[in-house]
Amino acid sequence: MRRGPLVRLSRVSPYLTVGGVVLAGVILFVAAMGVRLILAPRAPTAAKLTTYECGVDPVGEGWAQTNVRYFLYAFLYVVFAVDAVYLFPWATVIRSSELGLASLVEMGIFLGVVLVGLAHAARRGLLRWV
Amino acid sequence: MPSVGLVNDDAPRPIKIVLNWGRRYSLWVFNFGLACCAIEFIAASMARHDFIRLGVIPFAPGPRQADLMVVSGTVSDKMAAAIRRLYDQMPEPKYVISFGSCANSGGPYWDSYCVTKGVDQLIPVDVYVPGCPPRPEALLQGIIRLQEKIASESLSTKAIRAKYAGSRHAAAGEVTRPLLTKPQLTASQAGDQS
Repeated sequence: MRRGPLVRLSRVSPYLTVGGVVLAGVILFVAAMGVRLILAPRAPTAAKLTTYECGVDPVGEGWAQTNVRYFLYAFLYVVFAVDAVYLFPWATVIRSSELGLASLVEMGIFLGVVLVGLAHAARRGLLRWV
Repeated sequence: MPSVGLVNDDAPRPIKIVLNWGRRYSLWVFNFGLACCAIEFIAASMARHDFIRLGVIPFAPGPRQADLMVVSGTVSDKMAAAIRRLYDQMPEPKYVISFGSCANSGGPYWDSYCVTKGVDQLIPVDVYVPGCPPRPEALLQGIIRLQEKIASESLSTKAIRAKYAGSRHAAAGEVTRPLLTKPQLTASQAGDQS
């Protein structure tokens, strides 16, 4: 009995799958913007293009500065989220014979560096609930 | 130049029916609540007289995300400029419901020194909902009437150009403001300035 398309799909290169997903995304975007181009009415008057400020003329510049203390959110984000991104692909190779041990040592160094940052944040009391 | 996309202009009737169907059941309302009628509008958006079941999503964050503007309440002369500016900032296609007698024609303040007698002096209105204040069911009927109106409409480049013809694209201030010139200083005045 032929095992047909199911077997053929598993032989498809994973890069082809990723390419297919990217292509689907691009097609979706182009289709949406294209439909907008052929359907949407547009009337760009001067008043319509002014900056929104609750119905009055906008004053001042559009640039607003945030306080530098919020850098701590970026710092904790790097510690938790960016390093999680590197942990996921490591999980796929840790059991392989040629990469497993080497990757363990390398990831140990990487996690050590990240943990120094986390320890600093803990010492500063940043991990206590605000 | 204002224009409508090709498909909208030259589409056969069945396509226009489908597009009108999509447009009338996906209105996002920019509530311009000014006075007591705003309370009735909020009541119409709540559980008992829900207008979300008509497809109208309430409380758009701003004019740029809205296609229906419900002017509910008394329009004072001071507020008139803001109403005009916010209507201008809404993207096409846009609709206006005038809710309550103050927005229709000034209502009980028909003789006041500072009330704009009817929001249709500022912006084109599609549906008028009379009442002081109208019941929430009246707003529901107004929305249904607007949806019937949208079902029978046909967007075209000619219509949108007629809407923005001449000086209708600007409020009075924007038309007259560039006409002012700074007064020329005489030599003695210029000497005082420096």
